[in-house]
Amino acid sequence: MTDTSTNTLYTIVIYSEHHVGLLNQLSIIFTRRCLNIESISASLSSRPDVHKITITCRSNSEMMDKVIKQIEKRIDVIKAFLYTDDDLVYQEVALYKVSTDKLMAERNHEDIIRRHGARILQLTPEYTVLEKTGHSHETLSLFEELKPYGIKQFTRSGRVAITKSPVEHVDLFLRSREAQRENI
Amino acid sequence: MNETITGAEALMRGLVAEGVDRVFGYPGGFIIPVYDQLYHYADKITHVLTRHEQGAIHAAQGYARASHRPGVVIVTSGPGATNLITGLSDAMMDSTPLVVITGQAPSSMLGTDAFQETDVIGITQPITKWSCQVRDADNVAPVLARAFHIATTGRPGPVVIDLTKDAQTGLTDFAYEKCRFIRSYSPVPDINRAHVKRVADMINASRRPMILAGQGVTISGAEDELRQLAEKAQIPVAFTLLGLSGLPTGHPLNKGLLGMHGNLGPNINTNQADLIIAVGMRFDDRVTGDVDSYARQAQIVHIDIDESEFNKNIRVNAMIHGDAAAVLRELLPLVNDATHQEWVDSFDRHYEVEKERIINQAAYPTDPDQPMRMGEMARKVSEQAGPCPILVTDVGQNQLLSARYFRYSAPRSIITSGGLGTMGFGLPAAIGAKMGAPERTVCLFCGDGGIQMTIQELGTIMQYGTAVKIIILNNNFLGNVRQWQDLFFDKRFSQTPMLNPDFVAIAHAYNITAENVEYRRDADAAIRRMMEHDGPYLLNVNIREEDMVMPMTPAGDNVDHIMLNPGEWYTNE
Repeated sequence: MTDTSTNTLYTIVIYSEHHVGLLNQLSIIFTRRCLNIESISASLSSRPDVHKITITCRSNSEMMDKVIKQIEKRIDVIKAFLYTDDDLVYQEVALYKVSTDKLMAERNHEDIIRRHGARILQLTPEYTVLEKTGHSHETLSLFEELKPYGIKQFTRSGRVAITKSPVEHVDLFLRSREAQRENI
Repeated sequence: MNETITGAEALMRGLVAEGVDRVFGYPGGFIIPVYDQLYHYADKITHVLTRHEQGAIHAAQGYARASHRPGVVIVTSGPGATNLITGLSDAMMDSTPLVVITGQAPSSMLGTDAFQETDVIGITQPITKWSCQVRDADNVAPVLARAFHIATTGRPGPVVIDLTKDAQTGLTDFAYEKCRFIRSYSPVPDINRAHVKRVADMINASRRPMILAGQGVTISGAEDELRQLAEKAQIPVAFTLLGLSGLPTGHPLNKGLLGMHGNLGPNINTNQADLIIAVGMRFDDRVTGDVDSYARQAQIVHIDIDESEFNKNIRVNAMIHGDAAAVLRELLPLVNDATHQEWVDSFDRHYEVEKERIINQAAYPTDPDQPMRMGEMARKVSEQAGPCPILVTDVGQNQLLSARYFRYSAPRSIITSGGLGTMGFGLPAAIGAKMGAPERTVCLFCGDGGIQMTIQELGTIMQYGTAVKIIILNNNFLGNVRQWQDLFFDKRFSQTPMLNPDFVAIAHAYNITAENVEYRRDADAAIRRMMEHDGPYLLNVNIREEDMVMPMTPAGDNVDHIMLNPGEWYTNE
């Protein structure tokens, strides 16, 4: 039987040209199949001429295989890959804005910050901004611990991820494409 | 040496460089600079002025499918562009190569809700193979070159170029280079030899193999390869609606149409085969019925150029990614000569039942004083249409019955809206088909409903004298919906009866020769007059309103659960 549960978190890494409207081309693929995008982040890749988009999504492998093929079908997409957490080294960044008075009133506040591997980005008489890098459950854990001091703002980035594989598949692909260009 | 010209002229020169000599379109405010250049390039590019933008794009689709060349459409921004949406979606579903150029507000006004500005890229991205806005005259030539490459290679499809007013009027140093490579797009995959070998072994081991051929065979021009493979291993071939002319009607291995209104043999034997070889088709739900019970005894092999079709609807046991003709050429030497006589004959047994129970009544009735039946009309027209006629259809009963009873003698002989099922497709598509294959007789079958969705294109026929033979199968009903209401909605004919105009009078108003066919006794002579007439002709044919398309596999049922008549099911004894 194929896996049709929707509980696995997948990470889709897309390498593309950096063109206007590309993100829309990708998001409509998810919309059409009624899939929620959990997080998204876009940036340069190791090659300045290749854009990298990382999307996380809860679904099943059968659906994700179809989505990957639809993504690769878009003309401006160079390659798309599907991963689960085991395949990746990944992180998210979270920022927390809390009341400085309330935080400082807590005797153990330095201990909380140290224990979570967070750091203070900005300290003013009114508010303190903390930064924590980690996996979702880790940034959430700090969130829970800071709750009693009143979190004024919270934000978390999309997942950024790098594969554990020793093979750089995009580089290989682009190299083979360049060879094909020569042969035309 | 490069020459400095406007973006609009660069567009003209690019079209000429791509071998385009005909475009379909409609002018408007933000595309006037391009139309001004069309005026200057009238000796190289013929512009066909349709009466509505939807007519232009369906005509371009008909042109592309008849001629195997990309259809080119030019329209203005805003409503001009939005009127193309149905055609774009249709071309995307049916893999039709189109290069569509839409005017757009000046780049400085984008996003300001300027007059006749609309987000063409945003609207068209989900229903095109590629769409790109050009805001600078320098980008006209390179984007046009990419557009032709993308539209015509791999699995073909529609592309949109949204051309701002200033990109049309701005100056550029013109040089045109055809696009042959895009690093992110690999339209022609290398064929995996191991996969070919594996499939050949599967074919050689099979005892009840069956080929399902789709429009991929037509697009790839793989008709010869298909015939050779089928004949070598004596494999029966069944077709999707769009693939129907992949083998001539009457070829002993052509077993007819698949799917909801297909022939009995192909549908019954889908569930008897031990090997299904699908070539250039996409297992549409109208072909498969219930996917869980589909082809339950068979290993399934899928050959397609679009990787995203693999395991999309039906899980397959083997696949070969590649162009149909190229794959079949590689496969052919590895496949052994074989006979599957008993298996091949089993199709004929089903056909005999179908002939007796359905075909004789639908296509060969005799009472001269009765109105015509749709399938009968298609058969009669087809018999008098001369060599290699092209069937163009609208959508509905007219489509299914003319597709079933038309005789196909050459490739690219059926042009119909399959995936999207667009009523109103037929008339403009027939105009384009005739322009794309002027030496062939183009027979349009449409209903009284569908023709009225784009009936204004009779004006295009009048203006260009396009010799389309138009057959309206007129039952004063939206017949296909009526059929479903009759079968599944307890005969509640909600909004399907239709009061129609005098179609002959309308045709006459457009200076098109036309006549009514009231009864069977009038039909043969009327068809003969239509075929002998040098020019467009319209027959308004009176049809029994209670006609149904049979056989029928109800939507979502097992493919071999087939209705012969209302309430009467085919049993495969």
